Amino acid sequence: MLKVSDLQIARGGVPVLQGVSFEVSSGQALVVRGPNGIGKTTLLRTIAGLQPALDGAVDVDPDDLAYVGHADGIKSTLSVTENLTFWAQVFGQSDISPALQTYQLEGLADRPAGLLSAGQKRRLGLARLLVTGRNLWILDEPTVSLDTNAVEMFSACIRSHLAGGGKALLATHIDLGLEDAKELDLSPFKAKPMSVNAFDEAFL
Amino acid sequence: MIALLLRDLRLAIRAGGGFGLGLAFFLIVVVLVPFAVGPEAGLLSSIAPGILWLGALLACLLSLDRIFALDWEDGSLDLLAVSPLPMEAVVSVKALAHWLTTGVPLVLATPLIAVLLNLPGEGFRSLILSLALGTPALSVIGTFGAALTVGIKRGGLLLSLLVLPLYVPTLIFGAEVARRGLSGQDTSTPLLLLAGITCGAIALLPFASAAVLRVNLR
Amino acid sequence: MTSLWTYANPKKFVETTDKVLPFVSVLAIVCLVTGLVWGFFFTPDDYRQGSTVKIIYIHVPSALMAINAWLMMLVASLIWIVRRHHVSALAARAAAPVGLVMTLIALATGAIWGQPMWGTYWAWDPRLTSFLILTLFYFGYIALWSAIENDDTAADLTSILCLVGSVFALLSRYAVNFWNQGLHQGASLSLDKEENVADVFYHPLLVSIAGFVLLFLALVLLRTRTEIRARRVRVLSTRQRME
Repeated sequence: MLKVSDLQIARGGVPVLQGVSFEVSSGQALVVRGPNGIGKTTLLRTIAGLQPALDGAVDVDPDDLAYVGHADGIKSTLSVTENLTFWAQVFGQSDISPALQTYQLEGLADRPAGLLSAGQKRRLGLARLLVTGRNLWILDEPTVSLDTNAVEMFSACIRSHLAGGGKALLATHIDLGLEDAKELDLSPFKAKPMSVNAFDEAFL
Repeated sequence: MIALLLRDLRLAIRAGGGFGLGLAFFLIVVVLVPFAVGPEAGLLSSIAPGILWLGALLACLLSLDRIFALDWEDGSLDLLAVSPLPMEAVVSVKALAHWLTTGVPLVLATPLIAVLLNLPGEGFRSLILSLALGTPALSVIGTFGAALTVGIKRGGLLLSLLVLPLYVPTLIFGAEVARRGLSGQDTSTPLLLLAGITCGAIALLPFASAAVLRVNLR
Repeated sequence: MTSLWTYANPKKFVETTDKVLPFVSVLAIVCLVTGLVWGFFFTPDDYRQGSTVKIIYIHVPSALMAINAWLMMLVASLIWIVRRHHVSALAARAAAPVGLVMTLIALATGAIWGQPMWGTYWAWDPRLTSFLILTLFYFGYIALWSAIENDDTAADLTSILCLVGSVFALLSRYAVNFWNQGLHQGASLSLDKEENVADVFYHPLLVSIAGFVLLFLALVLLRTRTEIRARRVRVLSTRQRME
C-alpha cells in the first residue's frame, strides 16, 4: 500500500508541486502524466526516499520499493550476468534467469554491458527490477529508447507483476496498454508562487 | 556488502579502472625526489621516510575522486541508496575497496621503492608498519572528501583542498613513527596515536560520509 | 518574552540588525581606536622586547578572533543541522572570510614580531603551524561554499565539513604539539593564571580585544545581511525565470 497525502515537493529549492494525494494498492498501477518540467521525476524521487518532501506525507515501506531512474546504473566493463547478479545479491536474491528470460537477454548474458545498444541497456536496467524481489516498482520514463517489441516485453512484465499482487508507479508519455491502470495528471497540482512580500524563513 | 566489495574490486582491476595508476604515480614521485634534492645517499636516506609517506599520501589522493564519481555518473549511487544496504555500509565498503586497491599495493611496494632512496635496513620495519596502519585512515578520510565533492563538476582540485588539511594528523604521526624507527628511537607513542586516529576515523567518519552523500543525492 | 529563535527569521533579523548595526560599528571603532592608541603611544616599552611588544595589541586579538570565528561557525553549523534556520547557515558563511582574514593578520603580525624576537620570520612552531593549518581549513570551507549552486545543499555540506574539520583541526593541534616543541611563549592571557602580562599592557589589550570582538560582530552582521539579500535576489530571479 502506497499512500501519498497532500505532498509538497521542491526542485532546486523551488516548490514545483503541492497538494498531491493518491493511493496505490496491491495489483494496481498508477501512471503519472504531465508536461516536461512539471516535477514527475522529483515526485518519484521523493516517494523513493531520495529527497525530502517540503510538506505532506508519503506512507510507504522503504524496504519494499525498487526504483528505476533515467540512468540504469550499469557498469560497462561487467557482463550482463555480472551486472544482474550484483544487484540480485544486494537485494538478497540469487536467481537471475527469469529476469534474463523476460527481457530476452539470454543471448547477451556474457557480453560486456558496454557493448550493448541503448535499448539493450535499458532492457538490462528494467530486468534489474525483477531481481530485487520488491513489491512496489517506481519507474521514471521506463520506455526511453525501447523499440515496440521491447515495450511489449515491458508491459507484459508489468502486467504479470501486477497480477502477482505487485504495485507500480510510472511516469511515462506513451500508452502501455495497461487496462486498469489509473492515471494521474499532475498539471492541476503545480505549485502556486507565494506573494513576493512573504519574506519568511524559507525565502520563497 | 560483500557483493559490492567484489564488484568494486572487479571494476578496479578491469580495464579503465585505474588500478595500478596510484602505484605508478608513487614510483614516479619517489624517482623525482633525487633529481630535485641531489643524489647524495646520506641526505636521501635521512629524508626517505618523509618522502615515502608524502608519496603514498599523494598517490592515495589521486584515486579518491574515482570512489563515487563513476557510480554517480551512471546512476548506480541512486540505486544503491534505495537498496537494502544502509548508506553507511556503502560508504565503508567503498573505503575498504579503495584501501585494498590503493593502500595495500602501496604498502607492499614500499620496501622496493625505499631501496631507491637508500633507506637503511633498520628503518624498514617501522616504515611499513606505519604505512599499513595509516593508509586505512587515508582511505576513510578521503572517502569523506569524495562524498563531499561528488556532485561538483571538476571537483578534483576542491577535493584535494578539502582532504589535505584533514590528512595532517595522520601524516604527522605516520611519518613520526617512520622517522623514529629510522633513528632507533622508541616508536610506541606515535604508533598508538596513529592507530587511534585510524580506528577513530573508521568508526566515526562513515556516518559523516553517508550523511553528506544523502545530501548530494537529493 | 520572545524566543531567541524569532531572530532566525530573515526578515526579523534584517529589521533588528538595522537598528543594532550602527551601535556595534561605532562601538567597535571607538574601542579599536582607544585600545590601539593607548597601547601604541601611552604604554612603556618592554624591558626585554623593546617597542616591538606593541604589536601584541593586534596580534593577540586577531589570533583570538581567528579561533573564535571558527567556533562561531561551528555553533552556527550545529544550529543549522539541528534546527534548519537559514540565517544560521548564512551567518556561518558570512563569518568564514572574516575569520580567514583574522588568521592571516595573526600570521602576518606574528611573522613581523618574530623577526626581531626570534631572528626569523617563520619557524615550524606548534602554534604557528596550527594557525597555518587553520588557514587551510578556512580556505577549504570557503571554497566548498562557493563551489555548490544549491544553497541548502551547500549549507548542509559545509556544516558537516565544519564539524568534521573541527575535530581534525583539534587533532592537528595536538599532533603538531607532539611533532615539534616550540619557540612561542605561553598564552598571553588566561583567566586562572597568576602571571598574565603586566597591568600596564593588560588594560589596553583588553580594550583592543573588545574592539576586535565588536569589529567581528559588526562585520558578521553586515555580511549576513548581505548574504540574506543576495539569497533573496537569487530566489526572486529563479522564480522570474520559471514564470
